Formats: sequence, C-alpha cells, structure tokens
Amino acid sequence: MTSLLIKGARILGGAAADVYVDGGTITEIGSVDTKADRTVDAEGLVLLPGLVDLHTHLREPGREDAETVLTGSRAAALGGYTAVLAMANTSPVTDTAEAAERVHDLGRAAGLVDVQPVGAVTKGLAGEELAELGLMARSRAKVRVFSDDGRCVADARVMRRALEYVKAFGGVISQHSQDPALAGPTACCHEGELSGRLGLPGWPGVAEEVIVARDVMLARHTGSRVHVAHVSTAGSVEVIRWAKAQGIAVTAEVTPHHLLLTTDLLAGYDPTFKVNPPLRPDEDVEALREALADGTIDAVATDHAPHARHDKEHAFVDAAFGMLGLETALGVVSTVMVGSGRMDWAGVARAMSTAPARIAGLDGAAPDGAGGHGRQIAVGAPANLTLVDPSATWVVDRAESASLSRNNPWHDRKLTGRVHATFLRGVPTVLEGALVR
Amino acid sequence: MRKHLLSIDDLSADDMQTIFETAAEMHDVQRRDVKKLPALRGRTVINLFFEDSTRTRSSFEIAGKWLSADVINLSAKGSSASKGESLRDTVLTVTAMGVDGLVIRHSASGAAQQVSEWVSCPIINAGDGTHEHPTQALLDAYTLQRTLGSLEGRHVAIVGDLTHSRVFRSNVKSLVKLGAQVTAVAPPTLMPSGVATWSKEAGFTTAYDLDEVLAGAHGSVDAVMMLRVQRERMSGAYFPSAREYTVGYGLTRERLGTLREGAPILHPGPMNRGLEIAADAADAAQSVILDQVSAGVAVRMSVLYHLLAGPTEGVTP
Repeated sequence: MTSLLIKGARILGGAAADVYVDGGTITEIGSVDTKADRTVDAEGLVLLPGLVDLHTHLREPGREDAETVLTGSRAAALGGYTAVLAMANTSPVTDTAEAAERVHDLGRAAGLVDVQPVGAVTKGLAGEELAELGLMARSRAKVRVFSDDGRCVADARVMRRALEYVKAFGGVISQHSQDPALAGPTACCHEGELSGRLGLPGWPGVAEEVIVARDVMLARHTGSRVHVAHVSTAGSVEVIRWAKAQGIAVTAEVTPHHLLLTTDLLAGYDPTFKVNPPLRPDEDVEALREALADGTIDAVATDHAPHARHDKEHAFVDAAFGMLGLETALGVVSTVMVGSGRMDWAGVARAMSTAPARIAGLDGAAPDGAGGHGRQIAVGAPANLTLVDPSATWVVDRAESASLSRNNPWHDRKLTGRVHATFLRGVPTVLEGALVR
Repeated sequence: MRKHLLSIDDLSADDMQTIFETAAEMHDVQRRDVKKLPALRGRTVINLFFEDSTRTRSSFEIAGKWLSADVINLSAKGSSASKGESLRDTVLTVTAMGVDGLVIRHSASGAAQQVSEWVSCPIINAGDGTHEHPTQALLDAYTLQRTLGSLEGRHVAIVGDLTHSRVFRSNVKSLVKLGAQVTAVAPPTLMPSGVATWSKEAGFTTAYDLDEVLAGAHGSVDAVMMLRVQRERMSGAYFPSAREYTVGYGLTRERLGTLREGAPILHPGPMNRGLEIAADAADAAQSVILDQVSAGVAVRMSVLYHLLAGPTEGVTP
C-alpha cells in the first residue's frame, strides 16, 4: 500500500485542508507536510466521500454487448463512484447465491469500484415465488438489497412476505413501483396531454403512487424497511413525506434524469428519452428537487441502463427502456441542485454517498476489506473519496463515454461540476478526469 | 411543400388546397377508360406495411400505378423487435434496393417520423399507431369540401373512439386549419388523455353527450364523422357493452333523423354496422362513405405527385 496526499481540497465544500492517506485509510487531516508517494493538487476542488449508486444496470451476464461489469465499473469510477449496486435483471437473473457471487467476483476482478449485487425478490423476476433471499444474504456477496427492478412486485401478498422475510438479515426491498394494471408493458410516455397528442400509451403517475402508498402501509404493517426506487411523481413524494412523518421505515431515491429532463423531450419520438418510469412534466420535476433538498428523498441513484444501439432503434413503443447515467450524475446534481443554491456540497455528500451507503449496508467493512463507503471524511475512515471541480463547465459528448452503449440523453448538454478524481481505499481510479488504468 | 408527409403539421392550409386542386384533376382521370398518367414513370414506390391494411394499401397501390410508378407492396407484419431486426435495419434494407418514395404503415405511433430521420427518400405516413393518418384526413377534407364547399365556419362532429384513433388526430388538425369548427364526441374513457388543454390550444371542443351536440348545443352540425370502435375495447373496460355504446354514441336511425338535410356522413372504414353506425345511416343518401374511398385514390395520387414528381415551385417549403 502506498501513501497519498490530497493538497488543499475543500472538504464537503467547506474549508480547505490537506488529507493524508496511508494504507487505504485517512491518517491525517489539516495542514500536512509529510511526503507521500503521490500528491494530488486539489486547490479549488471539493472533496466528497466516494459516491455510491443504489441503482445500476451492468448487463453482465447476458448482455455483454451493452455493458460489462468492467466497462460499467469504468463509467462508475469516471462518475466519481466507489460503489455501485448492480441490479438483478441480467440473464440469468441474479436470484441465487451463485449468480450473486459471480457478479460480486466480476466486480472485485475489475477492481475499480465495489460492485455489490442486488438480488431478485422473486424467482426469474416473475413476481410469484420468492427467490433464495437468505442464501444470497449468506453468500460471499452478502446481498442486502433485493429488487425485481424493471418489474414491480405487484402481488401484495408476495411483497408482504418479502418485506417480512428479509428482516432476519437486515435486508431491504427496493421496489419498482408500477401497478401493471394501470401502466402495462407498453406504457411508455407520461400520461398527459403529450401522450394524448402523440398517441403513445400513457404511464400515469397514479400507477406509481398507488404502489408507493400500498408499500409504505405494508412496511408499517410488517415493521420492515422498504426503499422506493426512482421516484418520479409529486404524488409519490407526498406519500413518502407522510410515511416518514409516521415513522415508517421508508427510503427513496430519485434519478438525475427525473431531476432535469421532462416529458416534452418525447415530442420527436426519440427512444433515447424512453425510460421507465417515464420523464414527467415540470410540476413533478420541481417536487422531486424540493424533496431531495429537504431529505424526503434520501438518495440520488442513476438507474444507469445501457442498451445496444439496435435495441433502441425500434419504433418508440418497441424500443428498450433506459438511459445512461453514471458519468453524468454528479454533474447533473451539481447543476440542478448546487448551482441553484438548493443544496450545498454536504447535501450532495449525503444524497450521493452517505445515505445510499447506509441504505445498502455498505458503510461497514466487508470481510474482504472492501466496504466502508459513505463515511465521514475523518481520520481512521477508509479513503473512498471523490474530488469534484465545482466550477468546471463541460458539454457531454456521448462518444467519449466509457460505457459500451451510447443511449445518452445528456449528449450535447452543458453541465457545471465535474469529477476530477476518484479514490477507492486510497488508490486512484480516476485522476484529472481520466481513468488511471 | 415539405419533403415528407408525416403529419398534418407538415402542411399549411395552402398546401392542402394545392393537394386538393391536383386531386380534383386526378379524380377526373379516375373516370377515364385509360387511367394511366406518365407523371411517375420510372419511379419506384414501396408500400412498407408493418400492420395489416387492405383499403389503404390498395388505395396507395392504385394511386401509384395510375401515375405509372412501379409499386411494390412489402408486408412486414409483426413488430420488427420480435423478429430481432431493428426498425432501422428493416428500413435501410428496403431503401437500399433503390426507392424513390416509401409509404409506411406501422402499429407504433411515431414510426414514420423515426424512419424519416434514417433514410433520404420522401416518406408518406399511411398511419402510425394511434398518432396520425394524414392522407385519410386529406381525403376526408377533400370529400367534405366537394360536398359542402368551403369548410370555413362549417361545424363537423367527430364521434367515437378518439383515444385510439389516428384518423381523429389528423382530422382535427386538418379541419381546424381549413377553418372548420370541430366538436369531438366520446365517453370520457375514450377521450385522449390531456384533451382538455390540448383542445384549447388546438381549437376544438369536446363533448360527452352526442344528442346535445346533434341538437345544436355547440352550433348546428354540418357534417358527422363516425369513427370505428373496436369491440375488443370492452375488455379494457372502456365501455360496458356494444348495446350501451350504440345507445350513447351510435349514429342510429333516430339520430339520422335529427341531422340537417344533406349533412354528409363520413366513416373511415371498416364499419361496424349496428355498433357505431346503423345501416340506415351508412346507406343514407347523404352518406359519403364510398365517395371517401374514391377520393382516397385521387388524393393519394396528388400526394405522390407532389412529393415524388420533382420540382415543387410555388409551394411553401
């Protein structure tokens, strides 16, 4: 293990200090003159705890033409992430201990971020029988977050049992809230004036809200933890705010795209903007920003969803759902939330590192020495760190992505705030905005 | 005129009148013994139909042939997604054969517009999902003009399954552009989402009660356009029964009796006789349903001519 000195970084955007890292652990903070193997000049840069993404699709195994654990890890590191949760909707589905360990091991082999598999709630994501939740939890991957993401656990009985069952090992169900009767598989555009005009099958906000409302009541009834994935409507925010006020154990995430992009982008039928849940109108976007700022929504999660070009080049209703997000998330949050003065960098650290690490149980140390994410930047903490240039203004170019896919809705968009460096337990994975290896 | 005809949005009122003037000439040709014009000799038009269609496809085929184009019908039924080929690959493959114009029908809204971004030849939308069917709206307006004269200030009631109707979405645009007043009538479950704000911006009104509309609640009705309602909609809980639909929204014999004398009755076909339209209404003297079909060929000849025959001076870009 080598030593690292980060000179003059503004910790959480506050006062500048030097941070000395030895053996992957922060050993000194303040004015440090000790010589290190590597010194990073961080003047003017903001130092955050390494970002943690609760919601990433890495596509391996099954769709290695769209993304692999390695290429997704690269994109994650470039985006300032030190840990990502890899969703279970791969082929085969991550619904067994073996499948979870495989993803976990691929992540460790890539070595750029801690890849933590999410386990499926139900076998094959079919929504009927529970997957082997306990065996996944006991496995080397120590799965704690379970989700059928891409599909809703629609059956209330199955959801109730899943919530109860994972209590034994401190698990959490991350729900893709979409009532299939109100928003079926073809639903692809926010139901409203635009869907009416375009003749696209509508995906009404209420299809999300009824599931969120049901699930918080199930969480209350069972005394379990529920996490609401990719909240997209003002109505869901109201329900979550109410539930938290009741003391119900609910947490929620919002995606960068739901914080900035709106449904009117669908007017040209460009499948790049087709995502599930769909882009919503301004009123919802505003409610989501407010909820993120006041903590009703705990975390920003990317829902990074790479797709091969040919899976997007279908007619709009036939094209795949999803968009890239890992490399742009910090820039979007910086632009939308920090640039507008609604959040400070401490707030960004909370929403993009501390809260997601806590929700996923990644704040503690894993048996293999991984983990320790979302911790306070303090002496003794693992050096999972992200350096951000808060004033860097950049134009997103989809061609420059480390992802294998190009379904990038941020292409040509100007963002302020960019990841400068990422350190995983003291080892730089990104320096000067470029991968170290 | 624009390069493609994807939506009525691509046409100004003047463009439409230009199309109608040419269509009137083509209509005369239709009545000749020898119907061929040499306008598109040597040009190849492909009718690329991803969705079943008999009348629209035949109408385009006849239109192309009477203009001496080589017309090829390609059926690509079933979504290309399910066959593993992307829509883009399917279309590039077809156009690589060397075509001068592509007539596209697809079950997905927006398909024609997406295709227009991938290929270089003119695209004519022959119906995309529940979005638009611009040549149907053109033939409807042409038929109405021949019956009523100018549409300025005329009141057209469009009745039926609006939410699933591309015919409605194109017609409301063309009729409003031509100065007509439009009242769209349907039960709330068959109204497009967001129609309250949309109708305000687009300049049409909506109503749930067909009898009130026909009685002149929104002004005396000059023409009625009945839309097909699919019986399968009942399984989606859009309405309880065919009988109840007919009682509320069918052009029944009783309602036929309340229409202004000679007020044209339109239907894009295929008709569900006894459901949205009674036989008495479909076969009434004032029914122009077969005139619509015959106008369809003339209007499509005109569209093909304007988009594919070469220079288009004097028409808005």
